[in-house]
Amino acid sequence: MDLKARYAKELRFRMYGLVAITLGLICVLALFGSVLAAGLPAFKQTFIQLQLDLPAAKLDKTGTRDPEKMKKVSTIGYSKAIRDQLQQNLKDAGIDFSKLDKKQLKNMISKEAPAQLRYAVLKDPSLLDRPFDFEVLANGRIDGYYKGRVTFETAALDVMISPDQLVLADAMKAAGLLKTRFNGQFFYWPDASDLRPEAAGLGVALLGSLYMVIIVFVLAVPLSVCTAVFLEEFAPRNWFTDLIEINISNLAAVPSIVFGILGLALFINFMDLPQSAPIVGGLCLTLMTLPTVIIAARAAIKAVPPSIKSAALGLGASRVQAVFHHVLPSAAPGILTGTILGLAQALGETAPLLLIGMVAFVREYPALSPDGIFDPSTALPVQIYNWTVRGDPAFVERASGAIIVLLCFMITMNAVAIILRRRFEKRW
Amino acid sequence: MGGPCFVEGSNMNSVLPILLLACVAVFFLCRSRSLNLRAQGHIMGASSTHWGWYGVMQVFIPIVLFSSLIWGLELYFFNSAIRALGADLFETAADLHLLRESIRASLNAGLPGLAPQGFMGLLMAVISYWSGGFEAVIPRIGEAPDVVHLELVLHALRLKMQFSTLLLTGTSLIALVFVYRAWDKVSIEFNARDRVEFGIISVLAASSVVAVLTTVGIVVSLLSETLHFAQMHPISDFLFGTVWSPQFHSGEVEGYGSELGVLPLLWGTLYISFVALVFSVPIGLFAAIYLSEYATQRFRDITKPLLELLAGIPTIVYGLFALLTVGPMLRDSFTQPLGLGSNSDSVLAAGLVMGIMLIPFVSSLSDDIINAVPQSLRDGSYGLGATRSETVKKVIIPAALPGIIGAVLLASSRAIGETMIVVLGAGAAAKLSLNPLEGMATITAKIVNQLTGDTEFESPETLVAFALGLSLFVITLCLNVLALYIVRKYREEYE
Amino acid sequence: MLDKNMEETVSEKSKIIAQDVRVLYSDKEALRNVNIRISEKMVTAFIGPSGCGKSTFLRCFNRMNDTISDCRVEGSIMFDDQDISQIDPVMLRAKVGMVFQKPNPFPKSIYDNVAYGPRIHGRARNKAELDEIVEKALRRGAIWDEVKDRLHTSGTGLSGGQQQRLCIARAIATEPEVLLMDEPCSALDPIATAQIEELISELRQNFSVIIVTHSMQQAARVSQKTAFFHLGNLVEFDDTSTIFTNPQDARTESYVTGRIG
Repeated sequence: MDLKARYAKELRFRMYGLVAITLGLICVLALFGSVLAAGLPAFKQTFIQLQLDLPAAKLDKTGTRDPEKMKKVSTIGYSKAIRDQLQQNLKDAGIDFSKLDKKQLKNMISKEAPAQLRYAVLKDPSLLDRPFDFEVLANGRIDGYYKGRVTFETAALDVMISPDQLVLADAMKAAGLLKTRFNGQFFYWPDASDLRPEAAGLGVALLGSLYMVIIVFVLAVPLSVCTAVFLEEFAPRNWFTDLIEINISNLAAVPSIVFGILGLALFINFMDLPQSAPIVGGLCLTLMTLPTVIIAARAAIKAVPPSIKSAALGLGASRVQAVFHHVLPSAAPGILTGTILGLAQALGETAPLLLIGMVAFVREYPALSPDGIFDPSTALPVQIYNWTVRGDPAFVERASGAIIVLLCFMITMNAVAIILRRRFEKRW
Repeated sequence: MGGPCFVEGSNMNSVLPILLLACVAVFFLCRSRSLNLRAQGHIMGASSTHWGWYGVMQVFIPIVLFSSLIWGLELYFFNSAIRALGADLFETAADLHLLRESIRASLNAGLPGLAPQGFMGLLMAVISYWSGGFEAVIPRIGEAPDVVHLELVLHALRLKMQFSTLLLTGTSLIALVFVYRAWDKVSIEFNARDRVEFGIISVLAASSVVAVLTTVGIVVSLLSETLHFAQMHPISDFLFGTVWSPQFHSGEVEGYGSELGVLPLLWGTLYISFVALVFSVPIGLFAAIYLSEYATQRFRDITKPLLELLAGIPTIVYGLFALLTVGPMLRDSFTQPLGLGSNSDSVLAAGLVMGIMLIPFVSSLSDDIINAVPQSLRDGSYGLGATRSETVKKVIIPAALPGIIGAVLLASSRAIGETMIVVLGAGAAAKLSLNPLEGMATITAKIVNQLTGDTEFESPETLVAFALGLSLFVITLCLNVLALYIVRKYREEYE
Repeated sequence: MLDKNMEETVSEKSKIIAQDVRVLYSDKEALRNVNIRISEKMVTAFIGPSGCGKSTFLRCFNRMNDTISDCRVEGSIMFDDQDISQIDPVMLRAKVGMVFQKPNPFPKSIYDNVAYGPRIHGRARNKAELDEIVEKALRRGAIWDEVKDRLHTSGTGLSGGQQQRLCIARAIATEPEVLLMDEPCSALDPIATAQIEELISELRQNFSVIIVTHSMQQAARVSQKTAFFHLGNLVEFDDTSTIFTNPQDARTESYVTGRIG
């Protein structure tokens, strides 16, 4: 074979490699692009600015402004109040809403709004005494209209919205009564039921994920570090320690859903822990993360030069002292990196959490106390799954927004881990 | 079996103060005694802190053991009492569970002074009990509206009081005895440091056992529920059946109509994994070859982290990508024009996305393997006048082949165990079909389906999920062991 | 000194001529100002204490230094009156073979190890020709009798000495004109070393051999010409007998009498 042909082959081979890398990078771009495109709209939301002058007599029948007594008025009363106030605001702005009937007018506003107003009034009953500005969520379909999901054509066929309502919305927007703005509430509102995607938020999910990450950190890190130290520094070479090592490398490769099955059988059925609670999710994720952190910790400990340990032993320290006073501190950055990566992995896991019951609809925040880990909750990736399978494009948009939040966490954690690794790698 | 505490909050809290007090006391006692000995001029092997911790060890372990014993006994007696006294009140295991829960609830409702107060509350309650009987503890127990099964509740309460007395007096006694014992042991000859360090190493060893326990737990739970399933449904249908169609049956009719064959699910799993591998292995391998043999350091520094980014993305994101982007794209470009329906679930969509997920996995494993091939082999090849591609194709890849096969096996194990991508991207239809543009359910997707549905736990339709889980575990285990074996066996070739 | 090195006698034709060669690793000088003529069909030895640059210089002849990223070679090296920087490295390495310090047979069969070079350079038109080439190389490498019955077993299953002879056979299978040997016996036991040294004496009938060695005795045994390197300089280059019995430079004398090393 002559030289030219050989060099031609060389070039082709090189090209294959470059093409492979390019394909990989294109996939990265496609993934991030699609996620961003689908999810960024979730961070904006359409609100209606109203000036409310509530009918105090109807909402506080006793006139005492006592929240306990005012609780008797349900959201129905508030719903009517909002509708009347909306009409008033529209009249004041000179907008014509004659084409709409009462029901359609009420539907301009999210079904969640009366509950939000009631909550605000119960918290501060003095609001009944004076007019005040209040923001209510616009109907999900109207929000969709401003994000391009809903058009006049689709509105004509949709039962939830009509073209006349869209026209009114535009008029309100022109008058400054309606605004699409950054949706900070997305981060702390709880989940909302099927008909109110505009009110759905990540509050419960973020709290649940936080609890679980804390549990994983508190449980997995000491266990992993102890195991790694034992295996690297103290374990004798016998069949038992071999068994432990085989187990660890096997567990590292077990599919995550099996840990969910374990959690269901052991923690929920056998130990009677509450379903859908962060404690159960945290325990499952701990078991899943253990092998990862153990392997990382072992690598970090192995990387410490043996001369450090020899020096300590030579000065008369016991093995335990040499390890805990010298080896472990030197290995700490590596262990920290492994921990962060393990936690990032735990944060993103969905399958095991589905099996322990977190797929249910959870609307209440778990308590902000240690007991909160026993309250039902959900987690960020599970919330994403939950919203996705509801089918409504508004929920899908929120799922994509939640993905952006999740990815931000993941990227931050991975970046921190890599920076830490780079910074401490130069030590020796 | 029930949970650890049948009156909330009273267990840990009741013993904690005694435990803490004893540990703190013994720590300082032992420490000061050893300091005294030192001050007298004696040379001691262990430092005073070691002595302190030695004392803590000597006190902590007996107290914890004793308390656990008492709690275990208490629970045992509680359960057998309910079984015996309330024999006519329940029939199935589920009913027993409910009965236990209601008794617990009654105790908690009727004993507001007992539950949240912890140690002090328990102490007061015990004292009042022995001095004045039930009425002193719960003056209005008969009046509390939500107390049901009064007799059982009283019996449970009596048990609780008796055992709590035992617990409190016992732990105090043990604490005193062992604190004295530890203090007495402080001397010149005895080396506390070794003991303490032995204790520390034992703790380390115990934590290592957790990994083994986890595997044991997984195996036991999978096996026991699978056996349970096998009792309810013919296992031959599961292993050899080619139809998957669970029916919702009501009430008593056993196994009515449900066909629970694993083969269609196995097929779906293997098919999708195959597609994923076909996509990811060539790309990952060539990317690794380029990065390790051709790329400059700068190129590597930029590209490698970007590819690793794909590795850190949670699988739910990939699932959504498959559902929203890839699936519809394939449907619009291929499925619909070809008249094969308008489903956006397909093997191809899930397989492609799974392949994308596996690219960094295959790439980084291959990278490690290629770098492990010794430089001397490369030198030998270049020295003979080979071009770089010839060296890679004819020397490096053959030398790295066992490792690469191991990497492919590990990637396939990962693909087989993947859940979210297939749940969202491949649909729920279990079928044996060759058409990659159709949706096909996998083992993992069905596990999720069966365990998150509304069916009763004790039915074969739910328990089959455990059988599926066992199959999955066995398959991935075999693949991992095989991968490890191949890599180990052929590694000696050039070591 | 310069003139003596560069003198060409009638009986010694120059295969490689190096002029003013300088090698730098990341701007740190490893070799400077080397001028030498390597003669044909002769064994030339490079000796000197470790780290003095002899292996580096050896690797210049087949441009293996090109594979090291921060290595720079200056000056001119002529191979058969052609500047090697103008010759394609792939072709050059077919003409200038190399044997390394530690035997490095490929994890392939003995046959495939030896056939590797001829295959990639397309030296055989069919299997029969390839068989001939392999047999010839193994015979010349003095290992044919030992392996002729197990040509398809793995090359890594041989003993150390056999592996090195296999590597030599592999290197000469492409019929190079020059054979570079970088401390070929340093990883072998004395018996294997003796076998290789005997082989080298045979090889010189067909090839020009340049051998780097840290053993003066070995240089004295196998070579006709010896070059002494010290701290990156070529100190002296002469007939082997002269270097060892009557060295001109004081440094050479210190080295061969064992005072420095």
